[in-house]
Amino acid sequence: MSDTAIKFENISKQYRLGTIGTGTLSHDLNRWWTINVRGKEDPYLKVGQVNDREAKSTSDYVWALQDIDLEVKQGEVLGIIGNNGAGKSTLLKILSRVTNPSTGRILAHGRIASLLEVGTGFHPELTGRENIYMNGSIMGMSKTEITSKFDEIVEFAGVEKYIDTPVKRYSSGMTVRLGFAIAAHMEPEILVVDEVLAVGDAEFQKRAIGKMQDVSNYQGRTVLFVSHNMGAIEQLCSRAISLDKGKINLSGTTNDVINHYLKNNSIVEGKIIDSLKIHNHQITIESITINQSPNNIIVINPHENRLTVNIKGYLSEGKKMSLEIRFYDQLEHLQMLFSPGHLYENIKFFEKGQFEISETIVLPDSLTKNEFKLTIDVTRPNIEKLFSFRNSVKLICKGIQGYSGLEFPASNCGLLMLR
Amino acid sequence: MSDINKEWDFIIEPKGSMFNLNLKEVWHYKDLLEMYIKRDIVTFYKQTLLGPLWFFIQPFFTTIVFMFVFGGLAGIPTDGIPQPLFYLSGICLWNYFSESLIKTSDTFYTNQAVFGKVYFPRLIVPLSVTISGLLKMLIQLFLFAGVYIYFLSKGASIEINRYAFLFPVLIFILAGLGLGFGIIISSMTTKYRDLKFLVAFAIQLWMYFTPVIYPLSVMEGNYKKYMWLIQANPLTAVLETFKYGFLGRGSFSWFALGYSVIFTFFILLLGTWIFNRVERSFMDVV
Repeated sequence: MSDTAIKFENISKQYRLGTIGTGTLSHDLNRWWTINVRGKEDPYLKVGQVNDREAKSTSDYVWALQDIDLEVKQGEVLGIIGNNGAGKSTLLKILSRVTNPSTGRILAHGRIASLLEVGTGFHPELTGRENIYMNGSIMGMSKTEITSKFDEIVEFAGVEKYIDTPVKRYSSGMTVRLGFAIAAHMEPEILVVDEVLAVGDAEFQKRAIGKMQDVSNYQGRTVLFVSHNMGAIEQLCSRAISLDKGKINLSGTTNDVINHYLKNNSIVEGKIIDSLKIHNHQITIESITINQSPNNIIVINPHENRLTVNIKGYLSEGKKMSLEIRFYDQLEHLQMLFSPGHLYENIKFFEKGQFEISETIVLPDSLTKNEFKLTIDVTRPNIEKLFSFRNSVKLICKGIQGYSGLEFPASNCGLLMLR
Repeated sequence: MSDINKEWDFIIEPKGSMFNLNLKEVWHYKDLLEMYIKRDIVTFYKQTLLGPLWFFIQPFFTTIVFMFVFGGLAGIPTDGIPQPLFYLSGICLWNYFSESLIKTSDTFYTNQAVFGKVYFPRLIVPLSVTISGLLKMLIQLFLFAGVYIYFLSKGASIEINRYAFLFPVLIFILAGLGLGFGIIISSMTTKYRDLKFLVAFAIQLWMYFTPVIYPLSVMEGNYKKYMWLIQANPLTAVLETFKYGFLGRGSFSWFALGYSVIFTFFILLLGTWIFNRVERSFMDVV
């Protein structure tokens, strides 16, 4: 026997768009006729688009997954990353047999358990105890297996006191913890995990990640792990794949794949003005520069801490306008906001005709070495957005340096070095 | 192909094999079946004061109403069987069948949340509904037994005979037909729900084509022309045999019972086959 635990062969999944009604009946009849009477292949498997959300759809069918070939070794923890709609969850759903593939097949060894969403099948009227048995057997555990793990599950979930209370009285956190505890204590050869670590408090997340590490490291199980949390992927997985529009676009070591994913997801070099979105038709924009440069990659060297944004355009009607700039980090968390319109009282009024907005931001001089994505909006504060440049600028901050020229990366030091 | 089957524990493919009914897998999940049955029974009377007593209240009052409407107002005879016994037996058996059918007929629709997240043989759910319904009916038959003993002590001319041993066969037919029709309907309504509207209404009409509120002899006397319709109904033999075996009235024929058994096998087989075809892909269309 080989040491391959799961083998995906040419897996594709097609979905139909729109609602089901009389319109779909003709397709069904046509399909039935072609397959059963004429003995040919499904005609609708030949059509279908790549699942691209930005493009307007021209076909009734899309491919959520296309030609996935993948082998997962015994005991391997495989991370799956990708944007929303890349097909990650569909892949796991097919593997856990919730839905079937349109083409291809999967071969696997051993029992598969999925944590697609914890607490599946909890009945609100049943007590915690009854639900442990119910949920455990839904996931394929036998009664004796559950009984032998019962105390461990209750202890891990931390619900001793409530075990004979109906689950509908539980807080949402307790429900989720109980669900995870049950799933984590079953012993499948293959564990499929989708985004569950995003629930619960920090303390519980730590325990959950620890439990998953145990499962893979000491018990030799195969784990497939989908998450947007790059930190968790990095910590848990030995190998990763990145999905994009239903296809595998990279497979390799976790670090390579994460870096590639982040790089691809970041801003490509260009002009800031190319990412302009206008929300008000009385405005035209002629130019935007940051520190006199129209380019969208800005480098801030140590001891430099000024950022001058200059926008020129034409107004067909007089307007009050103010600048708002948001600084996001690599994982899309908002870190800082610049908004003089909110901070100070008088918002500047611009007359009809040519206008020029110019603001200089004084960055704290103790920022650490960091990379930000900037979203630049011009608004009437709290009233309306006039135009914006979303995720338009990459700001590379060299950051404050130590006495010997030492750098302080944000991943170790946080946003600021304090004095 | 067979080599691959030996090497791998399971294979996921677009379509399952044509004749695999997956019953082995259902057996593998028997603990889950037990849990579902327990859940159905236990949650039935949670947060009620009368608890399991509610199992009796519904057939009890229905019987009283039937006695009043069909026995009293309409004056339909009951073959000389005391009215409460006649109606109670009919109600218990018929309700079991109709409830099994109605509850199993929307299996996919009501369980899509669970089915969408985790895999187990979907047949477990309608099976559990049918079995928990059976337990409920058996409990209700205690009420029947109580009334039976009461009338026996009052000297009513009812007698139990050896045909009462056919009771398990009757149960099989009721359960099999309820489950079989139910899963056929549930499979056919995942994508186009039109049929669903028909079910509740059709089952109501069906009762009048089954000797629940009238004995077969009345039908034979008055509407001989339509007898074929009632004889084609596989449930007719169940009710008649039950009344014949436990109350000593009505009619019994091995032919009618045999027809019902064969009909049940056929519906069950067809139902399981259709259900297994649908369960693999229903999530995309439900």
